[in-house]
Amino acid sequence: MNIIITIAVTALVVLYTGLFKAKKALLPITLLGLLVALGFTVSAWDQPTVYFSMMQVDNFALAFGGIAIIGTLLIFLLTQRYFADNSPNIAEYFTLILFALCGIIIMVSYKNLSMLFIGVEIMSVCLYILAGIRKLNFASNEASLKYFLMGAFSTGFLLFGIALVYGATGSFDIDVIQTSLVNNMTNVSPLFYPGIILMMVGLCFKVGAAPFHFWTPDVYEGSPSLITAFMATVVKTAGFAAFLRLFAGAFEPLHDFWMPALLVIVIITLCLGNITALYQKNFKRMLAYSSISHAGYLLFSLIVLTANSASNVLVYAAAYTFASIVAFAVLINVKQKTGSDDIESFNGLAKRNPLAALALTIAMLSLAGIPLTAGFIGKYVMFLNVLENYQIILVVIAILNALIGFYYYFRVIIAVYFKEGKEVELETPVQYKVVLVVSTIVILILGVYPSLILNLI
Amino acid sequence: MELLILIFLPLVGAIATALFAKQNTAKVAALIFSIFSLAVALGLLFKFIPDASTQFETNFTWIQQLGINFHVGLDGISLVTVLLTNVLTPIIILASFKNEYKNANAFYALILFMQSGLLLVFTALDAFLFYIGWEAALIPIYFICATWGGKDRIKVNMKFFVYTIAGSLFMLLGIIYLYLQNPANNFEIAEFYKLQLDATQQGWIFWAFFIAFAIKMPIFPFHTWQPDTYTTAPTPGTMLLSGIMLKMGIYGVIRWLLPVVPHGVQDWTGVVMALAVIGIVYAAIIAFKQKDAKRLVAYSSISHVGLIAAGIFTISQQGLQGSMIQMLSHGINVVGLFFVLDIIKSRLETNKVDELGGLAKVAPQLAITFLIVLLGTVALPGTNGFIGEFLLLMSVYNYSAWLGAVAGLTIIFGAVYMLRSYQKIMLGETNALTASFKDIAGTEKIVLYTICALIIIIGVYPKPLLQLSEASVQHLLEQINHKLTGIN
Repeated sequence: MNIIITIAVTALVVLYTGLFKAKKALLPITLLGLLVALGFTVSAWDQPTVYFSMMQVDNFALAFGGIAIIGTLLIFLLTQRYFADNSPNIAEYFTLILFALCGIIIMVSYKNLSMLFIGVEIMSVCLYILAGIRKLNFASNEASLKYFLMGAFSTGFLLFGIALVYGATGSFDIDVIQTSLVNNMTNVSPLFYPGIILMMVGLCFKVGAAPFHFWTPDVYEGSPSLITAFMATVVKTAGFAAFLRLFAGAFEPLHDFWMPALLVIVIITLCLGNITALYQKNFKRMLAYSSISHAGYLLFSLIVLTANSASNVLVYAAAYTFASIVAFAVLINVKQKTGSDDIESFNGLAKRNPLAALALTIAMLSLAGIPLTAGFIGKYVMFLNVLENYQIILVVIAILNALIGFYYYFRVIIAVYFKEGKEVELETPVQYKVVLVVSTIVILILGVYPSLILNLI
Repeated sequence: MELLILIFLPLVGAIATALFAKQNTAKVAALIFSIFSLAVALGLLFKFIPDASTQFETNFTWIQQLGINFHVGLDGISLVTVLLTNVLTPIIILASFKNEYKNANAFYALILFMQSGLLLVFTALDAFLFYIGWEAALIPIYFICATWGGKDRIKVNMKFFVYTIAGSLFMLLGIIYLYLQNPANNFEIAEFYKLQLDATQQGWIFWAFFIAFAIKMPIFPFHTWQPDTYTTAPTPGTMLLSGIMLKMGIYGVIRWLLPVVPHGVQDWTGVVMALAVIGIVYAAIIAFKQKDAKRLVAYSSISHVGLIAAGIFTISQQGLQGSMIQMLSHGINVVGLFFVLDIIKSRLETNKVDELGGLAKVAPQLAITFLIVLLGTVALPGTNGFIGEFLLLMSVYNYSAWLGAVAGLTIIFGAVYMLRSYQKIMLGETNALTASFKDIAGTEKIVLYTICALIIIIGVYPKPLLQLSEASVQHLLEQINHKLTGIN
């Protein structure tokens, strides 16, 4: 609870600071607020608390909330000079990101389905605006509108589902729902089935799993890169935490019913995301499709539910978050110089800026899942998870997809190291360097010594 | 403890070279580190007791939650491959001294990094660790070949990379499967040896592992990446690939395939033998047609490796012992061959056999050393190639007289095309291109003399080397037979 209050208060303070034109104070205040929130997260560890039977702040919530806060912190570090180029009203955007984070914290710690809905809405409404920051840019407007329409649709599905499940049990509380399922396994209310499927559809929209992914590429490409980074990392992680809380918790007794549907979604997501990413020339679009395929791997944890499912998602999400932030940081950096976000704009980056080149390479290796990076451990635990139930076909499909993944991630590395580019020096601001170095080190540490994060929850 | 130094010294060297070395000092730094590594390996050799036990074991928990231990150890089989790695690395680094590479510190750091990965593969007693080493050796060689390679390097190496990683992912699948079958919940090789899987399971695991190893070696029909990759790679890269890296596949078969799923191996031996022998013949025929000497050596390497694979899959004392010594010999010889070709290429800008000729007149020292290396390759008695190929052919002959005859005749055929290309390159009259050829000097002499000395010493007195792995091979065979009879 402290965490939400801290973030919300920080958001308000930032808004008023903006009112008084104290632009220089914005970033320090935001970072301070986030650090305090992170401090509360750490101090609440191992002390599960339930607030008004609405929010359940357990280690699961804290771990995912922590990842979200750290991710947001890193993204804020990248705002240096970024929004100033885009719009004069920086404070508003800072505030909106912070409010979105508030919604995310609620999404990862809800105990009551109404809180899930509120969290999703707080987050989404902020993102609709953020996607359209560039008022005069057509792509940005398109992204915003598309995101809004699709998002509103998916929230509708989610709400329908919640209503049906409420009709079946008379409660919004996920523990009560689970208990009522367990007690009536022989006589499950028929309302449950459409309810579960509708909620699954709603959440798949949010995490960008195929065939509900159509908004992702356009929205990712059209939004400002920094907002895309936020959507691809923090928002996605939160979506999975919400997904997991519901399906690994409340709906776990009906696993046999919803698993086949999810299995189909996973296979489509993996293949579609990867194969389409293969053809992208635009780096942002490629990351969008690759994020779809990563959603597929993340859903593995729901195909076979074990005691480690949540922990596996955490590992994978952490690996994915850090690597993606590096990728976006380098992209923003390069784009400021070249004005293009095609993969070709990375040509010869190794000569122009060895640090950014190395960081981007490690990030790509991690996204591809090469050993000794965090991404490998993430993929490994996911494979292990599904193999425990002998889903060999699924793993073989996943392996073939991983191979396709190698191909397109290496295209970036090839551009960075082996292609000749324009010999323009590319300077990297200090804060970008901090983000690159920190994230890269985290990727390597988690890759070499993953015990730090495995079975954390 | 000694093994940790052995494995991590090159890694430390890699980091030091990458961070601190200048363009001109990088090669010296790398050479020094690789010689230190060689010294460590020789130290282990002297301390090693040639029996079947695993020695210098180091074991500590790495990732507790996943049951992964950092467990390494040496037995006779590992020791031979470790020696191969640490003898060849300084030779390869020294062989690159005459060439100037852009970003030399990165280049040499990658070589040393790869050495660490290779040593991890050859000493790992934990399947997960083995896999990590397997990939850790691949990443640097990809960057070496794709950064400093020749024409079409990007496309060629992408193929190489995707090929090998495809194989290794299926191996990973196999490893995870074995782990899940293992009641002890770990990746220990000793536990994997104890597993009693039924024939179907063994068949699947066999293919999951075998494809990874077959791509690495490479065995026909998984070889299509190899000639292009060898040809476009910078010479040190080619040497690392052919001299050391392909032995990962052979070692993998001996250590992780035969004893873990002997039943699967038994069921599929016929297929593998056929593939291996087809590979021997097929590669030899293609080699015969090659105009480019580097491609010729690449194809002949497929032929030779096919023989090693055939020998191993006979699961006999001769076959395995032959493969052990032939791994070492092939490594030394092929590095020598590629070095000679590199010397010619760096001076004349060509490796086309038809454009060369008469080099023996202007470069007698090169002619002699090249001849020795070549004779080693074609397995003349008294050279290192002889003893290995003899044992291997004998084992294949014992397995099936027909296969033995085909393989044996092909090897003779191999001698023909090797000697024919020698004749074209070195003998006859000099032409306009080759008339001003300078003989070898400096580091080139050191490298070639060392290689020739090794060829002759091993050829004349192979006994200590054979003894090194004899007990371990014997023990391995007992284990396999024990497991086979246990199921039946």
